[in-house]
Amino acid sequence: MKILVLIKQVPETTDVKIDPETNTLKREGVKSIINPFDMYAIEEAVRIKERSGGGQVIAVSMGPPQAMEALREAISMGCDEAVLLSDKKFAGSDTWATSYTLSQAIRKLGDYSVVLCGKQASDGDTAQVGPGVSTHLDIPQVTYIKKIEQINAESARVERMTEEGYEIIETALPAVMTVVKEINEPRLPSLKGKMRAKKAEIPVWTAEDLLCDEEKIGLDGSPTRVIKVFTPPPRQGGRVLAGEPEAVSKELADLLKDVVISS
Amino acid sequence: MDYLLTEEQQMIKDLCRQIAEEKIKPVAAEYDETAEFAWDIMKILAESDICGIYIPEEYGGMGGGVFELAIATEQLSWGCGGISLGFAATGLGAFPLLLYGNEGQKAEYLPDIAAGRKLASFALTEAEAGSDAGSIKTSAKKDGDHYIINGTKQWITNAGEAEIYTVIAMTNKSKGARGASAFIVEKDTPGLSFGKKENKMGIRSSATREVIFTDCRVPAKNLLGREGLGFIIAMKTFDNSRPGVAAQALGIAQRALDEAVQYTHERRQFGQAISSFQGVQFMLADMGTQLEAARALIYSAARMIDSGARNVAKVSAMCKMYASDVAMKVTTDAVQLLGGYGYMKEYPVEKLMRDAKITQIYEGTNQIQRSVIASSLIKESLGKK
Repeated sequence: MKILVLIKQVPETTDVKIDPETNTLKREGVKSIINPFDMYAIEEAVRIKERSGGGQVIAVSMGPPQAMEALREAISMGCDEAVLLSDKKFAGSDTWATSYTLSQAIRKLGDYSVVLCGKQASDGDTAQVGPGVSTHLDIPQVTYIKKIEQINAESARVERMTEEGYEIIETALPAVMTVVKEINEPRLPSLKGKMRAKKAEIPVWTAEDLLCDEEKIGLDGSPTRVIKVFTPPPRQGGRVLAGEPEAVSKELADLLKDVVISS
Repeated sequence: MDYLLTEEQQMIKDLCRQIAEEKIKPVAAEYDETAEFAWDIMKILAESDICGIYIPEEYGGMGGGVFELAIATEQLSWGCGGISLGFAATGLGAFPLLLYGNEGQKAEYLPDIAAGRKLASFALTEAEAGSDAGSIKTSAKKDGDHYIINGTKQWITNAGEAEIYTVIAMTNKSKGARGASAFIVEKDTPGLSFGKKENKMGIRSSATREVIFTDCRVPAKNLLGREGLGFIIAMKTFDNSRPGVAAQALGIAQRALDEAVQYTHERRQFGQAISSFQGVQFMLADMGTQLEAARALIYSAARMIDSGARNVAKVSAMCKMYASDVAMKVTTDAVQLLGGYGYMKEYPVEKLMRDAKITQIYEGTNQIQRSVIASSLIKESLGKK
């Protein structure tokens, strides 16, 4: 079974500053790590391989050349191989263009059973890339998985976390699965893994290698336009209406009308 | 300071540091309190390939030596000097095998130690034979293709938890120290039992028990080297293992310094951080300098041993003695710098002081180390004439 894990390199801190000029994250001076949610995806991929007694786990990341470090760490935790998607043409990709680019890489890798991702990245927090990849590939997706009960080359039965509890979902494979932190406890790297990672040759694939439609990648291929990124002001205190229920409800209705009409 | 670690050594150091910070440090106080053996951490060390760093590659290890064992022990002991001992004392138990085991013995036991499937333990000390190791009473009597061992070993680290014991016993009492022999004894051998876990001042999560032999029949093939080599095997083992004790002391001391620097920077009295007072600064400066000197001595000794140099007893004793004395001083000063907080169990430094103490005592008291060093100096001087 070939298992693909999509990982993203993110700044370590959750307290990221935003550049007011470009509306992008300021990364200078912040240590980079693997998106914490992706660590659970890596661990789960390695566990599936260990349980089934064979197979192959390939980590895939799209990012600047320094994302190679994240991929080496994935290998040190037990991934067999890794691929970096890196090209100046990918710069400025939104979640749509990113998931398109990743899906092109997945097609190129081919013959896979599962694509695992963290539920979301700790910097962007969109939770859109996993589902986006499944849509581009036109395969099923199951999000927020907290347990993989059973898996073989053709199908899987998983527990999907919801706000009220969990659903048991059976899906045909290949499928995209995004995982939550309840699914496992990621292992530390091993010494042999670290040595393998150091020596591993990680190919870098460009837009050309991936046969990307140039209109679908990078800033130009991204339908999202970021107009402004800002921290919303703290919520102001509300107003309390007091008096007889009838009078209060009429007053409230008038106020609401004003709000709806004026906006 | 840059100690010119190889890429591999740097990886060992970084990984052990990560384990110490993420896995050991958060649980150290609880293990100190409950005095339970940290099997969950031993499992992590096994899965991370740390257990085999000092074992040759042909037996499933990483092919390192005393130096690799020291850098790993230092980092793990930064997290907890008691928990790290499960690993370090396995090294002590494995050295007799590494140094004197025959091919069959090595092939049988080392792969399990390297993979972390089994811990090892070294049993020499008895109630009436501590520094005077030559006066042990435990006996091993040949009986056909077996030896029958009788006697009681005391304060044995990893006892009851380890699967593999290297035991020093007298095969010929009339010969004194030259009548001692070393044996490998497996945990499930009939006639082998353990005393209660000792209630210790420090390194409390490590297991210390009596190892009791009652007509314990050990196959003759488990004899290490030959009869009469027991005392030499023990001494050579200590030559190799003492840098590990030194590294344990160093890790504990480094943690104490780190805690003290951080605390004195945060603690404000008379309107300023107490680290701005010269009296405090002088203490920190001495602690840091002594610690670095200890590290340099340990690393040099370990590298010298790994190079295959002969007559390493002196440097081995020097680094153990010096680093453990520094650790006792640095941890005591750290408690002083934290003042009343330092004395409280809510803060980590009182534990560091308790943990440091044993490093001046075991694997040869520091008084014995000084005797070893002095007699080496005198011998060297006579040799020159």
